[in-house]
Amino acid sequence: MKFGILVNEGPYTHQASDSAYQFTKAALEKGHEIFRVFFYHDGVNNGTRLSVPPQDDRHITNRWSALAKEHQLDLVVCVAAAQRRGLLDANEAKRNGKDADNIADGFRISGLGQLIEAGIQADRLVVFGD
Amino acid sequence: MSDEDMMDDEAGGGVVKKFLYVNRKAPYGTIYALESLEVVLIGAAFDQDVSLAFIDDGVYQLTKGQQTDGIGMKNFSPTYRALEMYDVEKLYVDQDSLTARGLNAEDLIVPVEVLNTTQMAELMETQDVVFSF
Repeated sequence: MKFGILVNEGPYTHQASDSAYQFTKAALEKGHEIFRVFFYHDGVNNGTRLSVPPQDDRHITNRWSALAKEHQLDLVVCVAAAQRRGLLDANEAKRNGKDADNIADGFRISGLGQLIEAGIQADRLVVFGD
Repeated sequence: MSDEDMMDDEAGGGVVKKFLYVNRKAPYGTIYALESLEVVLIGAAFDQDVSLAFIDDGVYQLTKGQQTDGIGMKNFSPTYRALEMYDVEKLYVDQDSLTARGLNAEDLIVPVEVLNTTQMAELMETQDVVFSF
């Protein structure tokens, strides 16, 4: 089956991102296809490469990046939600006159149309949030 | 909105699915209602079969007379009136949620269809994609 995944909460405060990761990983291991993982609301904060959790804790962002690399996952961060919350790639940083970017490996910034497209293309769209 | 340029009209490939946006949160206090509305507006360009449901505190999103000066936030409730221009015309509100809050359909800024719990469940059952905000 082809899944679309929507992650609506940020890392650590809410379990939604962990659950989305576990679901995505399990689905891939069972041979399902993940059309796209879309990060919205505070979910965009899953895509920062600047988080430094304690060493004995899971690294939520690195875990997504590694899964994306292994399975060529499409991890998309909503541009409007990301700009509100200070999550930028090099292009967005330049375009908005900021002195740094912070997006992690394997993530890309794009528009909400990518979420709608995931809804259209996937057999099931699964929402992880509160 | 800053991401119109990233839309892709070909993304749907002619497929029309039933999209339901379930709005469960009050309009202020959290950003869910505002950002849900942003998805609805962008999504309207994809010519899908869109419905909106308002449940729990989500019914407050549609109440008349919202006054936000005191909290320093923009009152975005007039946008719900503009949804008609985007061909988003199916708005459903949960009866129990209205009643529990002392509201009725006349307190809302847009015409809606009020559904009981069974009817709301049936509506959800018929959908292809359900976004819950």
